[in-house]
Amino acid sequence: MSILEKDLTVKKATREAFGDEIVKLGKENKNIYVIDVDIAKSCKTVNFIKQLPDQHINVGIAEQNAAGLAAGLATTGKIPFVSTYAVFGSLRMLEQIRQEVCYPNLNVKIACSHGGLTPANDGGSHQAIEDMGVLRSVPNMTVIMGADYYSTRKLVEQAAKVYGPVYLRFTRDTVPIIYDENEEFTIGKAKKIKDGSDIAIIANGDTVRLALEATKELEKQGISVKLLDMHTIKPLDREAVVDCLNIGKIITVEDHNILNGLGSAVCEVVAEEGKGTVRRIGVQDQFGQSAPYEKLLELNGITTENIIKTAKELI
Amino acid sequence: MNEVTKMKEISIEELKEKAIQLRKTALTMIYGAQSGHPGGSLSAADIMAALYFKEMNVDPHNPNWEDRDRFVLSKGHVCPIQYSALALRGFVPYETIYTLREYGSPFQGHPDMKKCKGIDISTGSLGQGLSCGVGMAIAGKRDFKDYRVFALVGDGECQEGQIWEAAQTAVKYQLDNLVVFVDNNRLQIDGFCDEIMPLQDLEKKFDAFGFETKRINGHSMEEIVETLDEVKVAKNGRPKCIICDTVKGKGVSFMEDVADWHGVAPNEEQYHQAMEEVAGGLR
Repeated sequence: MSILEKDLTVKKATREAFGDEIVKLGKENKNIYVIDVDIAKSCKTVNFIKQLPDQHINVGIAEQNAAGLAAGLATTGKIPFVSTYAVFGSLRMLEQIRQEVCYPNLNVKIACSHGGLTPANDGGSHQAIEDMGVLRSVPNMTVIMGADYYSTRKLVEQAAKVYGPVYLRFTRDTVPIIYDENEEFTIGKAKKIKDGSDIAIIANGDTVRLALEATKELEKQGISVKLLDMHTIKPLDREAVVDCLNIGKIITVEDHNILNGLGSAVCEVVAEEGKGTVRRIGVQDQFGQSAPYEKLLELNGITTENIIKTAKELI
Repeated sequence: MNEVTKMKEISIEELKEKAIQLRKTALTMIYGAQSGHPGGSLSAADIMAALYFKEMNVDPHNPNWEDRDRFVLSKGHVCPIQYSALALRGFVPYETIYTLREYGSPFQGHPDMKKCKGIDISTGSLGQGLSCGVGMAIAGKRDFKDYRVFALVGDGECQEGQIWEAAQTAVKYQLDNLVVFVDNNRLQIDGFCDEIMPLQDLEKKFDAFGFETKRINGHSMEEIVETLDEVKVAKNGRPKCIICDTVKGKGVSFMEDVADWHGVAPNEEQYHQAMEEVAGGLR
């Protein structure tokens, strides 16, 4: 069955995918560690703590320490996953990640729930709109956000198996399950959901669902859409972007500032290739505020309707 | 392995001689590069001599030996003194010391574990190294290894909050395999710590956090060695902290207690005078 025909009413948050996968990985490999910073419940590592206490460390509310501690563990062959919220995992710990994880290129994973605008009613202070961009600019770091439960599980599994620093971002809210359980994903390789010839839509994370809805509608209206899930924004699948340049018209969609995230990464490739047009849909370089998630998306034009409208304007 | 055991039999007098060699080597590196941090290198020299030539189980021929003791230079800017120890201990060829801070050198301006053999963790941003040491010590405990982790932090560095985050974690996880040295030389770049940001009583602070804390003269080889012997037998679930009262620039008359020698290289005349003075040993 094509993803386009899939029932999207079955939903699960991708932080659940992390929580489930990390237990499986921890059982398989005793070197997998989880470092919590007092928010194990919301980051879904509670089962890991119960089942694998010897591979767990809780440092309390001390994120900077968590990053350095993870680096120290990694020098002894452990594979630590620091589990926190995206704002803290990318910003509070940033210098520690840069100095002690990325500079010596240690095998540390930063696994972050509450990505993007999803901590909606918590307000702007808790919404991570610049995390992927910030970490994208640190050498040696890989930056990933899966679109649904199953893809996230596969990406977490891969992150544990590739050597080096990886930043993984998850959603707080539930998102539709769009992939089959056995679908394969490769870090750094875009998932082509659908081929098309009139316009290319490149999305990541929970906005893939919006792009999917927009694609269905556009196809109904006779517009042929190529849809990519760009779960890894660094290293970016350059080849997949170049492949869109045959169409030449690209829309990027992300729950992240339009600066320095997926949209910027795609623009870099398009500009370097010297052809093609990009429209970026994402957070409009503004802080969020307390509001329902859907409202915040709407305020930034991160909606199916806006994707459809932008596509029609671009064609 | 012979070298590992041989080093343990070294006498106090021989260790004092090693400290002189460390001071001379560090000064030569910094003079050669015309860049680097002499003040804190000299204040830490005696501690480093005791660690690298007596206390730590390390193997220059197998720097990544998994059962080795680990060393974390949290105050990464004083790396010339660690590089001197690594060169004199045979981790890296002695003649390469003249490449300090040069392109492609193992001796980067701050320690880089990917470039220099014997560096257990890259450091350079203050306040962060101790957390790494805590991570290593937790791994040692969980893996039932006997290795210990030694961390050297500056007193000024203790102004960083992360030091205390790391300290509380060390106590929570009962890391009696962790020994923290505070190079308490009372100076930081802008002047005396007491003027810039008073640290109060560091001994009481670490003690209040739950460390087993001792305060010694950081230039007395006898005291350093004696204290290391004491903490070695104390497998009591408590991390150790040794506050070492030191003098920044120790051994060079015109550098002693002068904040301006934090990160400045000596000129030719100053270098020769400094070499003569440190060759005479500590007063």
